[in-house]
Amino acid sequence: MGSRASTLLREEEIEEIKKETGCKLCQNAPLYLSQTSITNPVFNSVFSREDFQRIPELAINPLGDRIINAFFPEGEDQVNFRGFMRTLAHFRPIEDNEKNKNAAPSEPLNSRTNKLLFAFRLYDLDRDDKISRDELLQVLRMMVGVNISDEQLGSIADRTIQEADTNGDNSISFNEFMKVLEKVDVEQKMSIRFLH
Amino acid sequence: MCTRTFWSSPGRTSPAETGLLLVLVLVLLEGSVLHAVAGASSSAADVTNHHAPTNESGHQKKPFPVLDLNYEHVQTPFEISLWVLLASLMKLGFHLIPRVSNIVPESCLLIVVGLLVGGLIRLAGEEVPPVMNAEVFFLCLLPPIILDAGYFLPIRPFMENLGTILMFAVVGTLWNAFFIGGLLFAVCQINPGYPLELHQLELLPCLLFGSIISAVDPVAVLAVFEEIHINELLHILVFGESLLNDAVTVVLYHLFEEYAGAGTVTVLDGFLGIMSFLVVALGGVLVGAIYGLLAAFTSRFTSHMRVIEPLFVFVYSYMAYLSAEMFHLSGIMALIACGAVMKPYVEANISHKSHTTIKYFLKMWSSVSETLIFIFLGVATVDGKHHSWNWVFVTATVILCLVARVMGVVGLTYIINKFRIVKLTTKDQFIIAYGGLRGAIAFSLGFLLDEVHFPKKDMFLTAIITVIFFTVFVQGMTIKPLVELLAVKKKQEAKRSINEEIHTQFLDHLLTGIEDICGHYGHHHWKDKLNRFNKKYVKRCLIAGDRCEEPQLIAFYHKMEMKQAIELVEKGGAKMPAIPSTVSMQNIQPKKAVPQERMLGQLSKGKEEEIRNILRTNLQRTRQRLHSYNRHTLVADPFEDGVILRKKNVMEKKIKEMNNYLTVPAAPPDSPTMCRARLASDPQAYSMKPTADDVPTIHVDLASPQSPDSVNLVDELKKKSEPTSDADEGLVMRAPSQNRSEESDREQQKLMRCLSDPGPNADEDEDEPFLP
Repeated sequence: MGSRASTLLREEEIEEIKKETGCKLCQNAPLYLSQTSITNPVFNSVFSREDFQRIPELAINPLGDRIINAFFPEGEDQVNFRGFMRTLAHFRPIEDNEKNKNAAPSEPLNSRTNKLLFAFRLYDLDRDDKISRDELLQVLRMMVGVNISDEQLGSIADRTIQEADTNGDNSISFNEFMKVLEKVDVEQKMSIRFLH
Repeated sequence: MCTRTFWSSPGRTSPAETGLLLVLVLVLLEGSVLHAVAGASSSAADVTNHHAPTNESGHQKKPFPVLDLNYEHVQTPFEISLWVLLASLMKLGFHLIPRVSNIVPESCLLIVVGLLVGGLIRLAGEEVPPVMNAEVFFLCLLPPIILDAGYFLPIRPFMENLGTILMFAVVGTLWNAFFIGGLLFAVCQINPGYPLELHQLELLPCLLFGSIISAVDPVAVLAVFEEIHINELLHILVFGESLLNDAVTVVLYHLFEEYAGAGTVTVLDGFLGIMSFLVVALGGVLVGAIYGLLAAFTSRFTSHMRVIEPLFVFVYSYMAYLSAEMFHLSGIMALIACGAVMKPYVEANISHKSHTTIKYFLKMWSSVSETLIFIFLGVATVDGKHHSWNWVFVTATVILCLVARVMGVVGLTYIINKFRIVKLTTKDQFIIAYGGLRGAIAFSLGFLLDEVHFPKKDMFLTAIITVIFFTVFVQGMTIKPLVELLAVKKKQEAKRSINEEIHTQFLDHLLTGIEDICGHYGHHHWKDKLNRFNKKYVKRCLIAGDRCEEPQLIAFYHKMEMKQAIELVEKGGAKMPAIPSTVSMQNIQPKKAVPQERMLGQLSKGKEEEIRNILRTNLQRTRQRLHSYNRHTLVADPFEDGVILRKKNVMEKKIKEMNNYLTVPAAPPDSPTMCRARLASDPQAYSMKPTADDVPTIHVDLASPQSPDSVNLVDELKKKSEPTSDADEGLVMRAPSQNRSEESDREQQKLMRCLSDPGPNADEDEDEPFLP
């Protein structure tokens, strides 16, 4: 595993992370995160997959593997604290004053679109910007368990795609995904309160 | 209670409308006249009774009374029925006059009707019947409304906003009670140089009055908010508050009532009050939950006796209410808890028809109850002997109520918004404050007050009625235009799609995972834990058969498919949809037929003929198995359904034609013979009889998909076409086998009848999983 050297996060790093993720209390983040099951991130500023897999609740979560994979950028096996916070920043609650701020250079990570994009990427494993029938089937199978027959799941998947698909390509693109979820209060659903 | 505009002509009233108005007036008069008659006939009955003993002793023969009037025998049920009839006719009447019901909410109209009826009775010289009896109200009129609310409570938004709702309910009501009570006392004490009767009013009765008047009333809120179709969040906030503040009201009421005699309240009493509040609230919920689990458990075993399933739901809930009231716990919370706890399990166990029955009965009872409550409020107002008007007191009450509500809501929202993810805006706050309507509960509680301890009871009652009238009329009437004006978000009418369901569950899992990573045990974590516990232990006990293993998603999907199939059949009528493949619940492959209209597209004549033949042959075959008539089994009578009545004219025409072909003339369709013949063949007894010629066969079953009662329209078409004749009409007539097509017509319609479920509200959302 990574070195146990007590490498505290440098001030510049914290500033950068704050700017990127918008987490104001970022310097206190180690305090929050020290409650996690991941070994103390301050001292161990890279995580690997095994760190995540040690969390027992994630093992029984049907989407556990995919969530873990979402933290790691493409192809890499380790993620540092910055990347970790970057992913977590998607779940910050949307604040009102941010809605008015037009001066942000790019859309903040926790905007509705980015939240949905994060979720979309969890479905779309091969990153072709479409949720195909197979990908949907995989997710359904994970959520539903083993007792349901394949045909049933297949018909549910077909029905789902049929409902969402507007351009007839038999898969769900990101725009269709957003449209389907327009009635769901994503800002509230995909937010964790303490990440202010 | 949606307003349907039947007649759009603005100026003229159609003859039907005038006819209905006449009927209403007649009923009103009849009600008042009968009271007078009641008085008269009781005296007449006494006279005849006196005659009877002398007859026996003298053996005198008096002429046998051919027609006799004995009103007393039936008085109580007769009057009750008359009131219920009046209430229902009123409801009908309002929907036929769309102009009025668009401006004025129903509750206002009903109160006005009550005033009229009360006025008429007074004019007739009789005493106004004491209809607004607190017992009648609390034991008979209130429970159906609350049960209806609890059973169909949208659990997800309720739980998500529970903190906010509790804050408003508990802290808000306490604030209101003390603010109003305290300031009223102060107002009564001012002007010491001018001794008024108000000065006799002490602090404790004032506080008691404050606690009675401060509670937002669920009946009034339901009545008004149903019509304005506001967005779900606001609806659940105000409505949830009105339900949960019952616990606070109960405690405060009893507390102040107890100590009003003593005159002082100490700190110890305050502490006991807080303890009492916890006991009342949690105890009520516990009692309700226990009865709910009992009901769920009982429903597990009802698969052989489906007809009494709804009864269990109703009786257990009512018992929960009564048990809670027995211990002075919060009956309303018990009822809500019972309904909410039992619903997911009971829904999984009962048949489709029982589900419909429960839904209809609850809606019917709650609707009638609500109507009666408002009418009785009107009647009780006219009853003059309980009134004592006092300008200062009444105006002070009204103003203080408004002020207290606004201050309470604003203050609490400020605190709550610190903890909420989605903040409450000013518009939301305004609607919440404006929607704080008072209603009949306040009146009944005032009615229950003891005259001895509260010499000012009449003044209280007058003030209560004034506040109720003010909130219901002024706030009720203006809230709709205000909602439009402020452009508050409205309720979204569409049903939940399978996409939303899947993605919402997906997000739930995702968030649970993220919370676990952060080590932050939030909302999702506990919900997930509860769901797991539910799935592992509770569902096994309470759900019959192998439905307990069914995941939420599959259950939701099945329900949706069933609904769609029902809609398809209703739209299609005699023509079955064009999909030649299997249209089964287990295995829908809709392919490219996305819009449902396309499914009913152009059938080739040959295929149409094939389908008709299949139906005719199969349905007539099973008719040969006639069971004995049993009035306890639920079978469908196609002639009773509105869908079928449209076809009745076509049918009757055909029967006339057919009489030319038959040797024995067929009995008219609604003669007892035909009815019995129709009723006797139980649709659920259809089974596959292997036929000589391989004509495909059709299963018709209902209820849950995996039990043998599944709807499973397996339509295995074989390629067998027959010559067609005029395909314009729904059925084809051919000479020799004509006497069978009449019956197959009915069978076909019976098929549709079994599957049709015209619900009161199409978007009534009962598809919620346990903890969505």
